[in-house]
Amino acid sequence: MMGHLHTRLKFGFLAAFAALLAVATPQAAFAQETVGADVPATAGPDEVTAGETEAVEASGAYTPLEPVEGVGMPTAATDDIWKSMTFQDQYTENGQYALWMHDVLLMPVITAISIFVLGLLLWVVVRYNRRSNPEPSKTTHNTLIEVVWTIVPALILVVIAVPSMFLLAAQYETPPEDAVTIKATGYQWYWGYTYPDHGELEIISNMLSDADAVANGEPAKLAVDNRMVVPAGVPLRIQTTAADVIHAFAVPSLWFKMDAVPGRLNEKLLTIKEPGLYYGQCSELCGARHGYMPIAVEALPMEEFETWVLEQGGSLPDAEEAAAEEETTDEAEAAPAE
Amino acid sequence: MATTAEGFDTNHEEHAHDHADHKPGFFKRWFMSTNHKDIGTLYLIFAIIAGIVGGAMSGVMRLELAEPGIQYLAGAVEFFGGNPSENANLHMWNVFITAHGLIMVFFMVMPAMIGGFGNWFVPLMIGAPDMAFPRMNNVSFWLTVAGFISLCFSLFVPGTGPDALGAGVGWTVYAPLSTTGNPGPAVDFAIFSLHLAGAGSILGATNFITTIFNMRAPGMTLHKMPLFVWSVLVTAFLLLLALPVLAAAITMLLTDRNFQTTFFDPSGGGDPVLYQHLFWFFGHPEVYIMILPGFGMISQIVATFSRKPVFGYLGMAYAMVAIGVVGFIVWAHHMYTVGLDVNTKMYFTAATMVIAVPTGVKIFSWIATMWGGSMEFKSPMVWAMGFIFLFTVGGVTGVVLANGGIDDNLHDTYYVVAHFHYVLSMGAVFSLFAGFYYWFPKMSGRMHSELLSHLHFWGFFIGVNVIFFPQHFLGMNGMPRRIPDYPEAFAYWNEISSYGYAIMAASMLIFFVNLVYAFTIGKKAAANPWGAGATTLEWTLSSPPPFHQFETLPVIEDHHDYHDHMPRGEKPASA
Repeated sequence: MMGHLHTRLKFGFLAAFAALLAVATPQAAFAQETVGADVPATAGPDEVTAGETEAVEASGAYTPLEPVEGVGMPTAATDDIWKSMTFQDQYTENGQYALWMHDVLLMPVITAISIFVLGLLLWVVVRYNRRSNPEPSKTTHNTLIEVVWTIVPALILVVIAVPSMFLLAAQYETPPEDAVTIKATGYQWYWGYTYPDHGELEIISNMLSDADAVANGEPAKLAVDNRMVVPAGVPLRIQTTAADVIHAFAVPSLWFKMDAVPGRLNEKLLTIKEPGLYYGQCSELCGARHGYMPIAVEALPMEEFETWVLEQGGSLPDAEEAAAEEETTDEAEAAPAE
Repeated sequence: MATTAEGFDTNHEEHAHDHADHKPGFFKRWFMSTNHKDIGTLYLIFAIIAGIVGGAMSGVMRLELAEPGIQYLAGAVEFFGGNPSENANLHMWNVFITAHGLIMVFFMVMPAMIGGFGNWFVPLMIGAPDMAFPRMNNVSFWLTVAGFISLCFSLFVPGTGPDALGAGVGWTVYAPLSTTGNPGPAVDFAIFSLHLAGAGSILGATNFITTIFNMRAPGMTLHKMPLFVWSVLVTAFLLLLALPVLAAAITMLLTDRNFQTTFFDPSGGGDPVLYQHLFWFFGHPEVYIMILPGFGMISQIVATFSRKPVFGYLGMAYAMVAIGVVGFIVWAHHMYTVGLDVNTKMYFTAATMVIAVPTGVKIFSWIATMWGGSMEFKSPMVWAMGFIFLFTVGGVTGVVLANGGIDDNLHDTYYVVAHFHYVLSMGAVFSLFAGFYYWFPKMSGRMHSELLSHLHFWGFFIGVNVIFFPQHFLGMNGMPRRIPDYPEAFAYWNEISSYGYAIMAASMLIFFVNLVYAFTIGKKAAANPWGAGATTLEWTLSSPPPFHQFETLPVIEDHHDYHDHMPRGEKPASA
């Protein structure tokens, strides 16, 4: 049901009555979520078990994705002035819905209100200046107009609130059982990405120097040495926490931002629609090098993701589960990095 | 010699006038003042000085941001007596954003609006001889000065370490960046600074509440009170209820830092998010504290220069009350990405949007006040009209940000910077300049130059729009706030934004030239330079008013409405 929910809502939200009912019971929307049902089965080669090194040779080595201009990164005004003035293209369902809500509803409404107020101001300047209107009127109130300018803005806000509530409900879908878990830990001043489902694989991600970034063909201040590699098209359970001060894990082209707070584990569902490279930056003031802890999310097809996991020394969930059953121990838990 | 209220003065003995205008000597007058007008003047001078400091800091920031890379921060480190290093330079950036924010909020806008104009004109507008607690008024001012000195001192002592001076924590002072993240004494000085300024504001708030409730002229009911007085009354209640929460939060920070408590430290069972709840329970009312007196001033000015009573007076007054009340229950919209529950986020989204309704009432009522009026575009009026438009622009981007789901992208980006500068640096500051030009003749007894005021307006208007409008683009395109360096893609709009600063700064020079003009060759101001539209009590007094006014209280009679406090049969001195 949820898969098509957003598209339908784009046209359905104006039916205010039904929508208001839904606002009253937002939990119902995600209680029935079933996105995980059609997750592609793990497609790694059957022979892959515990021997990571052989597996790498079997599937071909991982090569980092080349960045594509205008995808997953900000656009320079000198390249495309219009694109530099708005949101980045979105690569998640929720991001596309939010962008649609901004572009089709919020932006026209706020532009119209601003122009309306400006127009009224210009009109009174022209019509009611001392020369055109030497004798001021003595009007001090008009109940009808006062009721109108209270009710009409309230109605506009209700119209905005309806898709806004649906967006929030969709953003808070619980990740399905089999979602791929990645824990992003903020450190001063770099990110650590842990893959608890993949043998506790841990990736430390530092910003590349400007020279290295340019040599790689990547944007400076956004490129990192080790990217957060994730599978595309499947639900991801993104968790954030921090080891020292508060950081924020933010990727604008995925409409995703979640604070990384020491002592807390925040969790949110993220499904990236297509393979690609999506850059972001730490978005909570975290000290001197706050501007220098970028995020690079590389979404790959599942097989390539698994190849990467094995290459990094991780293991695949199937193999891990089998091992866990043999040892009759509890399932691996996401333990703090330190 | 100045005279007392011509219309109300029943005591014609020359003797009384002498007494009314007897001023103490210089030191006693300006350092031990108990006179609301002198304290108001002190507050205004203080706010202008703090504004120059805070504005210079934003100049350094815009210079640094004009192009990618780090160019000027090393110079700033040297200026404050540190040794430049990459760490010290980058930390200096955080010190600048912190000091700029704290100075502009606590030492420029608040002292100017409440301490300056509030002190000057609340007693005059309600027909009172002075504030209820004149000595406490003096304490409020000097506590604010002490707070500012403490904040300035923090710039010269270690922040994150011996090589990185100053508190680099942001004006929000979030834990744990402000505890373990900045272990040096700079943050303690910044916290003391807020304690002192906060204590001063709480005393000021009690003073205003007492004054307004007890010292109104006979016959001036609450529903006949000028809207500026209403706005200060609502603001005083917000201060009284919000500042103690800030004081508690920063005291907990202080004990976390110095006495090993763990209010905000998870390793001892505390929670950094608790600090954010406490801070924003103060912080959101704080933004209304900074704008409500502006609303009041705009109402007076629009009515005066349209020669028409304020439209929908009661709606205007209670819209401010509504904004004040709702302002206390929306704080977590500053924390949408912190990991709130979905229902919490839905509630705060809905509650936040509700504020747009009373705000809309105010915008439309101002326009309706002008509608049918006979408008004269004197300097206060052009600033007021600039305020109405720019505050609307800042307000509607607030409606965008109110949506928790949209904020997932815009939170902590330059869109937020653009939004709050539209409502503060254009909202609050435009109302301050409107109020300044409106009351400057009354306060100083001199007329400023209308030409220079208009030039100042247009320069400032163009400048701030060039600074802040492109920041919406940067934010939507993904640029985080509070960074000194950025990816190449953000270079263009940052450069434009920095040009805007130069335009704005040039217009501020005109402002100071105008002040010099007024005090040297400016014409003497009449008791009422603004004509028949100015109907509140301060215009019945000479310009400047006598040192002590209303020795015989004015009487608001039954035939006086909320918009007419002038004595019957007498028009303002020079209508």
